[in-house]
Amino acid sequence: MSRARADEEEYWHSSKFRAFTFDDEEDELSQLKESKRAVNSLRDIVDDDDDDLERVSWSGEPVGSISWSIKETASSSTGSLDGRDSGLQRGSSSCAALPKQASSYSLSSLFKGRNKLPSFQSLSDALSDTGVKNYAPELRRPKAEYKDYSNDWSPRDTVRRMQRGKVCSLERFRSLQDKLVLLDEAVAGHDGNVITALTHLCISLSPVEILFRELEVRQVALCHLIHFLKEAGEQKFLLDLLRFLDRTEEVALSQYREHLNIQDVEKRREFLKGCIGLPFSAEDTSHIQDHYTLLERQIIIEANDRHLESSGQSEIFRKYPRKASILNMPLVTTLFYSCFYHYTEAEGTFSSPSNLKKTFKIPDKQYVLTALAARAKLRAWDDVDALFTTKNWLGYTKKKAPIGFHRVVEILQRNNAPVQVLQEYVRLVEDVETRLNLATKYKCHDVVIETYRDLKDRIQLMAYKCKVERGSADEEKINSILNNVVRNAH
Amino acid sequence: MAAHLSSGRVNLTALREAGRRELREFLDKCAGSKAIVWDEYLTGPFGLIAQYSLLKEHEVEKMFTLKPGRLPQADVKNVIFFVRPRLELMDIIADNVLREDRGRSPQRDFHILFVPRRSLLCEQWLKEQGVLGSFIHREQYSLDLIPFDGDLLSMEAESAFKECYLESDQTSLYHAAKGLMTLQALYGTIPQIFGKGECARHVANMMIRMKREFPGSQNSIFPVFDTLLLLDRNVDLLTPLATQLTYEGLIDEIYGIQNTYVKLPPEKFAPKKQGEGGKDLPTEPKKLQLNSAEELYAEIRDKNFNAVGSVLSKKAKIISAAFEERHHAKTVGEIKQFVSQLPHMQAARSSLANHTSIAELIKDITTSEDFFDNLTVEQEFMSGIDTDKVNNYIEDCIAQKHPLIKILRLVCLQSVCNSGLKQKVLDHYKREILQTYGYEHLLTLNNLEKAGLLKPQTSGRNNYPTIRKTLRLWMDDVNEQNPNDISYVYSGYAPLSVRLAQLLARPGWRSIEEVLKMLPGPHFEERQQVPTGLQKKRQHGENRVTLVFFLGGVTYAEIAALRFLSQMEDGGTEYVIATTKLINGTSWIKSLMEKLEPAPF
Repeated sequence: MSRARADEEEYWHSSKFRAFTFDDEEDELSQLKESKRAVNSLRDIVDDDDDDLERVSWSGEPVGSISWSIKETASSSTGSLDGRDSGLQRGSSSCAALPKQASSYSLSSLFKGRNKLPSFQSLSDALSDTGVKNYAPELRRPKAEYKDYSNDWSPRDTVRRMQRGKVCSLERFRSLQDKLVLLDEAVAGHDGNVITALTHLCISLSPVEILFRELEVRQVALCHLIHFLKEAGEQKFLLDLLRFLDRTEEVALSQYREHLNIQDVEKRREFLKGCIGLPFSAEDTSHIQDHYTLLERQIIIEANDRHLESSGQSEIFRKYPRKASILNMPLVTTLFYSCFYHYTEAEGTFSSPSNLKKTFKIPDKQYVLTALAARAKLRAWDDVDALFTTKNWLGYTKKKAPIGFHRVVEILQRNNAPVQVLQEYVRLVEDVETRLNLATKYKCHDVVIETYRDLKDRIQLMAYKCKVERGSADEEKINSILNNVVRNAH
Repeated sequence: MAAHLSSGRVNLTALREAGRRELREFLDKCAGSKAIVWDEYLTGPFGLIAQYSLLKEHEVEKMFTLKPGRLPQADVKNVIFFVRPRLELMDIIADNVLREDRGRSPQRDFHILFVPRRSLLCEQWLKEQGVLGSFIHREQYSLDLIPFDGDLLSMEAESAFKECYLESDQTSLYHAAKGLMTLQALYGTIPQIFGKGECARHVANMMIRMKREFPGSQNSIFPVFDTLLLLDRNVDLLTPLATQLTYEGLIDEIYGIQNTYVKLPPEKFAPKKQGEGGKDLPTEPKKLQLNSAEELYAEIRDKNFNAVGSVLSKKAKIISAAFEERHHAKTVGEIKQFVSQLPHMQAARSSLANHTSIAELIKDITTSEDFFDNLTVEQEFMSGIDTDKVNNYIEDCIAQKHPLIKILRLVCLQSVCNSGLKQKVLDHYKREILQTYGYEHLLTLNNLEKAGLLKPQTSGRNNYPTIRKTLRLWMDDVNEQNPNDISYVYSGYAPLSVRLAQLLARPGWRSIEEVLKMLPGPHFEERQQVPTGLQKKRQHGENRVTLVFFLGGVTYAEIAALRFLSQMEDGGTEYVIATTKLINGTSWIKSLMEKLEPAPF
């Protein structure tokens, strides 16, 4: 936050923005309380009938709704089921059981008969049976639909029938050209279901290159196919297609995406290495490079630290056992880890914070924030102090924080730093208003008192007296200042 | 039970009734007792069409959720799968069917009902698994537009935006057009179609084509809708990114409303009965249905949250007073009168109790420092302040590792409010996000860029200020308690999409040609012929009815803004809203994120 608190305050009061608060004129909280009170007082009158009133099960689902009934009817059929099946009864939890990953269908298995006729016919088999009816509120249907099964539908009629899920035979459309005519009809009809199906029909029959060329001039069909290939996880086919189309950046991203499916870290690292040369944009290339380097580092650090931890030689690992491995963690998390376990290491080691900072060009601000959080967590206050101490060439020391001392205070406070430590940094907050706020909030009495003293604000100082403990050193300090001022005034 | 659907200007019960009729027809085809196996995603939307009682009347005895393994041993004649046409679901079905005990007698018959469409690929897949022949009926149930409330329809197509704008797969638009044809079959041809955006153009084309191809669809129903307005979500990418500040909008932002239901933390709803002090607190979330059937909710849902407290306290006083009446009831007649009113009063009391609790839950959040800071930044961006440099608050949030979606919402908002970010600023955000949340999010950032939500400023020109000023998107003097402008729904920002609808009604889009050209996609007008006998003779002072269809999703705050316009005294137009999906910034961004494998530990 660069705007100092005082500025902000003024900004808000003078600004045209409306803050979203409740306490404008009437206190709405009290209004809520009021209605709450009213509601509660009414309970005694009507409580008994409560349950009859709303026929709602505790979960709030009205009795009789579909999802409620699934649970009900399911549990009533438990009876003689064995343990494995009883999992079925927990209706609501079942969605966890559905496979979430992209399915592993291969196109070749979907269309086994590639380059053979049977598969081609099988699609029409799928269509050509049983009572098919479109369950939609009735629209009057075109006459064509009332005709009986026929073998010589025009491409247009065929596609229309497919759109409506009607019986139709595709046997007439043998050549790729025929099928492309169908496809064009489907595209004109905009029905994605039919477009995707027909695109597949084409795949099943033609050499890939020819098909790609035909699809290139049929952008809509192409998009549908690419979408399908992505959903179905047909990586190889997808990449071939994108390469053919010269969509190099998409190829790169698609390929990079695959690393997510590789669980083994060594293999993942190798894979990422291969990604570096892919045609990403310049900016992205550097990110991919970093991703690879980071994982490489993590593997080294992990092996080393696991050994250290299990051998029990290192005190820090004994005292703070690791909660999880560092593999595949984000960079900033890795930096935190390194600041936590490897803070004092020389820059030469891979696990040292300064090495990470240098390798990944981590900005000062981010570095300081992370190091501060890690060292504060370990309550290593000397390290915290050192983080902000700079020496000039004359040997004088100076305190400096690239993130602003108010942020330092917040982070320390979050890590339960003792008042003595907090105080030191609150004192360094430059803006008086912010300093006072923080000092008051975190009970750094010394700082408050000194600030009021410097401001020569007697009234505030007196008011503050009631906030410090009676008979404490703080109270004494206030008294002595007040007396001093009085004396000086005379 | 569905009274709230008929409360609006257009009676949507008819649509629901049509859906129920088709469902009954299908069920009756499979004669004998039945079990339904549900794709769980569908139970919510179906619940808005029918209750279990309807299914039961048609011999549905058991219901299960779809999962791999053996089907439960229900003693029924038919097993019907209600599923979306997805390959991974076909796998489960095939598994179920293959494991069916062939020896059992009598054998059970299998059927599939695809929602909303049969899929050739899915059937092909079942065939490859060798089970296609096991199904006697394979049909489709076109659940395109589902009535959510008296003025609200949704397709609940989760990935519609992603498919349209990222994958260029327009299947959902086809379904939208289908849904509109169904609506016209029930409510008459809509004489005027306006639209803005590529997808809008596309849907209008499909409608016109479908009408041409169904010459029989020239129906003889008196048109209920005067105008259809088709709006692409990508014409207004800004609105969903901002935090909604209406009551319903905030409930959705914080807890997520699914198919009109919300699940809330149970603590505040603990029944406080006397003499049961030691009773355990419920641990299951409290589930509530939210729609206009509940009088109080209908009154407060579209208000700015800051105006909700006073309504609740006023209601409390009224109800208290009503209950006090019992002391004055002296005669038998008076007592009888009082007692007859009790059920209504009790319903009102329990409704008030629920909403007081919800308001308290929300207030805990809206009064938090972080909510305030976040809102401040949003409002700065929307009013055009400091949109061209790295924002300190966003940086702080990244440093503190706030949820990634929150960061993405803010960065995208800044990008949209600046017609794209300066390359340097964009690179900076990207680097910080990747370093803090993981490099794999590069894929998500790429998706957002492709969708136009996060992009470099290419033209070197920022159009947003012009758009903001012309459309009056930022209003300084917003009145949250007694609003006089739609900007109250975001406490200052007037949703662009709704402004377009408002300006279309009066004075017409011709007045904003320049701005329309700055927004993506074509704008257009089409007319559909209505036979002279069916042309409307408008009574003096009668409002026009406009159907606004949001392609790619709509937020509750936008709905609130349209309802506000409907209720304006001299507004002259009432709105019915349709959409592919009810969204908020979080669910929307989530739908665009690359699905990453969960961390291996």
